[in-house]
Amino acid sequence: MSELTLAGKVVELVRAAAGPHVQTEVGVHHNAEALTRFANSAIHQNVAEATTTVRLRLHLDGRTAAGSTTVIDKAGLTALVDRTLAAARMSPPDAAWPGLVPPTPLTAAASGLDEVSAVADPELRAAQVRAFVDAAGGLETAGFCRTTLSSAAFANSAGQAVEGRAVEAAMDGIARLDGADGVARLAAASLADIDGAALGARAAAKARAGGRPVELPPGRYEVVLEPAAVADMLDNLSTFGFNGKAYARGQSFAEIGAQQFDPAVTIVDEPTRGGGLPFDIEGTPRGPVTLVRDGVTAAVAHDRTSAAETGQVSTGHASPASRSWGPMALHMRLVAGAANGSGVSAGPAADSAAPLVSGVERGLLISDFWYTRVLEQKSLVITGLTRNGVWLIEDGEVTSAVGNMRFTQSYPQALAPGSVRAVGGPSVPMPDRWSGVRYTAPALHLASWHLTGNASG
Amino acid sequence: MTHFDEACAAVQAALDAGARYADARVMVRRTETMNARDGDVEDLSSTESAGVGVRSLVGSSWGFFAVPDLSPAAAAAAGRRATQIARASARVPGPPMELVPTAATEASWASACHLDPLAVPLSDKGDLLVRATAAAKGAGADLAEGIYQIWDTRKWFVSSDGHRIDQHVRECGAGITASVHGDGEIQRRSWPSHRGQYGTRGWELVDELDLVGHAPRMAEEARALITAPPCPAGETTLVLGSEQLALQIHESVGHAIELDRILGWEAAFAGTSWLDLGRLGSLRYGSELMNITIDPTIPGALGSFGFDDEGTPAARRDAVRNGVWVGVLAGRDSAATAGLDYAGSVRSDGWARLPMVRMTNVGLEPGPHTLDEIIAATDDGILMDINRSWSIDDRRLNFQFGCEIGYEIKNGKLGRMLRNPTYTGIGPAFWRSMDMLSGETVAWGTPNCGKGQPGQIGHTGHPAAPARFTGVRVGVRG
Repeated sequence: MSELTLAGKVVELVRAAAGPHVQTEVGVHHNAEALTRFANSAIHQNVAEATTTVRLRLHLDGRTAAGSTTVIDKAGLTALVDRTLAAARMSPPDAAWPGLVPPTPLTAAASGLDEVSAVADPELRAAQVRAFVDAAGGLETAGFCRTTLSSAAFANSAGQAVEGRAVEAAMDGIARLDGADGVARLAAASLADIDGAALGARAAAKARAGGRPVELPPGRYEVVLEPAAVADMLDNLSTFGFNGKAYARGQSFAEIGAQQFDPAVTIVDEPTRGGGLPFDIEGTPRGPVTLVRDGVTAAVAHDRTSAAETGQVSTGHASPASRSWGPMALHMRLVAGAANGSGVSAGPAADSAAPLVSGVERGLLISDFWYTRVLEQKSLVITGLTRNGVWLIEDGEVTSAVGNMRFTQSYPQALAPGSVRAVGGPSVPMPDRWSGVRYTAPALHLASWHLTGNASG
Repeated sequence: MTHFDEACAAVQAALDAGARYADARVMVRRTETMNARDGDVEDLSSTESAGVGVRSLVGSSWGFFAVPDLSPAAAAAAGRRATQIARASARVPGPPMELVPTAATEASWASACHLDPLAVPLSDKGDLLVRATAAAKGAGADLAEGIYQIWDTRKWFVSSDGHRIDQHVRECGAGITASVHGDGEIQRRSWPSHRGQYGTRGWELVDELDLVGHAPRMAEEARALITAPPCPAGETTLVLGSEQLALQIHESVGHAIELDRILGWEAAFAGTSWLDLGRLGSLRYGSELMNITIDPTIPGALGSFGFDDEGTPAARRDAVRNGVWVGVLAGRDSAATAGLDYAGSVRSDGWARLPMVRMTNVGLEPGPHTLDEIIAATDDGILMDINRSWSIDDRRLNFQFGCEIGYEIKNGKLGRMLRNPTYTGIGPAFWRSMDMLSGETVAWGTPNCGKGQPGQIGHTGHPAAPARFTGVRVGVRG
């Protein structure tokens, strides 16, 4: 039975149980995810799953409830319907119910999906790991190779019925030498687009350049952030800033129409280019949404609830958790600048960061951020640490490795007008810890970053 | 109804395909979550998830496969697939590996539960959150939010080493948060903590929290924080409440003593540990007052169980005794690799996830003082409690925490309220500075511990009591 047929069947089950006036939406999501993990240069965890989840949300007599199940036989689906109807009947009135999506065609069709790699044999993932490990030239390595196939459908009682598929392949690994780690990661539409050997060699080159780190005093430094670190900025901007619920409640820094960022900053959310499905769990078609254009905040991510609360329309960012945690843009791309790399990385700097390093008189080259957490939500002051390589830049050259440091920094302030010295290129798709989430980022040259301590004390 | 037959079919199929060891967990989990805001229910959802996860060992290489189909045929197919994946792992093999022995066991275990949380009427549970958030809103909160969460998990575990164990674990908890919007910043106060308090207990746990009774004070304190002076920057004596200390234990001790991290198995993601196995038994982790135990047998604590997900029976073990590091959180493979003879701390977040080393209940034994005595003995310091933010480096050394609320301590008495209190430090130096510890222990539950790839959310417990630390850097700001 196809996912769309299954979704329609559940809509009918609800109608049969509760009558024609109940508003029903059903999402069916089949997820086949496989992940091969390595550490100490050996595969130590190797997992795969194939799960179909049915999500039901219904609105009955002004009351709303939601439920899901992985038990999709007749008894399981009937139990889901009964349980969710009972929950709705016992719930208080839901004044914020935004109604159902009317029949609306998809705006983005899936194309070029490499479903072979999406259901890759474990031997293919192991071969990528073998290539990464071998290319590291004897350095200790660790990381993962992941493939995901998502096949989903949505149907509601208003007549919306859509289906789609998405695939993702990703590899993320480090090489280690005498306490120095170097990282390389990449997300792609196909496992064939990932070169495990190139990533392993890149990680090893960074690790080799990370030896004998010096400690620098805390303070404000000019920085070149590599794409992995910029991806962390996008993640936090998405979670707490371009979040329609946080925006509606005055908890976000975002002000639509305001020049909140440097004119060099343009951010677009592109779900269907980034391994996402072409519709959200409310059935709203998804397409590109420009969040920041030339430094001006242009939009935030909405589901139907936050959109109704703010007088906007849904941008297709509903998720199972969006009514609780808010809708988030999980496929953001920071548009690359003119300073494109040569295509060949050498030494510690990534390709898109190398041209930016030459423009720094004294500052830091930072590979990656780690354990970033919000200290103040509205101003988005974040604390976290550097990871996987930091270097001192003097007179446009990398001169020495630097020990990891803690920072405490407002992300919007770091990107404020006049704060972005240059945007590198190209933008590199980065896999997230969760499959189906992807941030695409170039390197950035920023005027100031507040380092507040050394990781060692 | 049991699912031992399906688990047995999976294990036998894995062995028939060439595994030298295999285990299988059939798990059926129901959850229920409700969120409320400003006196209205905002979201109510329930889930049911059922499936089987099979782990297969070929040589020194593992494979794992999971399916949501509980038929014996599907379970057997999953067993064969797990062995196929293990064979692929052998393309990049590690050194020879054994498993520390654990006795073949047939057993059944259930957590204590007086009021089945799923059986409590939804209307009662909804009324509680509605009344609590309305009370906070009425007392001046700009935003009042409440949440409860319930997990009801049944598992059937079978291994080729002779385990046949079923467990029924019921967990629940709740909390409220009052937020007030100031000029450019938001202050919040939560009861009993931001995520709430959780345990392996029934709804009686939630009843005891008295969310409605504490809601007005949360709103009043959040509003007072808006105009309170900021936490000063500098080095001072720090007194932590038990909730914040619980997270301090979680981040700077619990994760650091995970054996998989120590062995480098988490190097690329969760990170490693500053601890060196060569110094197990001799390394000074903290002051003489520091006694940390790993104890999944604590009745009602969130990290409690009868058997871990490798079939090892729950047992109490020292991690730090009189300030010296003496124990780790281990699994059967990591323990054997490290030359240790105990496991017991391996769990998985559901049937679709690989069991891995996780915290159980990792907490401080009670000390000889009370909070009042600690404050009275402090001439100049700051009291902080209720976690607001947390960050720690990948070796679990350098931490920075933010709390919801702070108070000056002057001449042995609490003084002014302080907003945005933060502190930072290095784990062992911080723990060595602990010079007073209360005996007013609370077993805090942490329901959101992330680890692993694919990601897993773990439920952990942390007994903790107020404690005092000297020479701590506070007031770090951007």
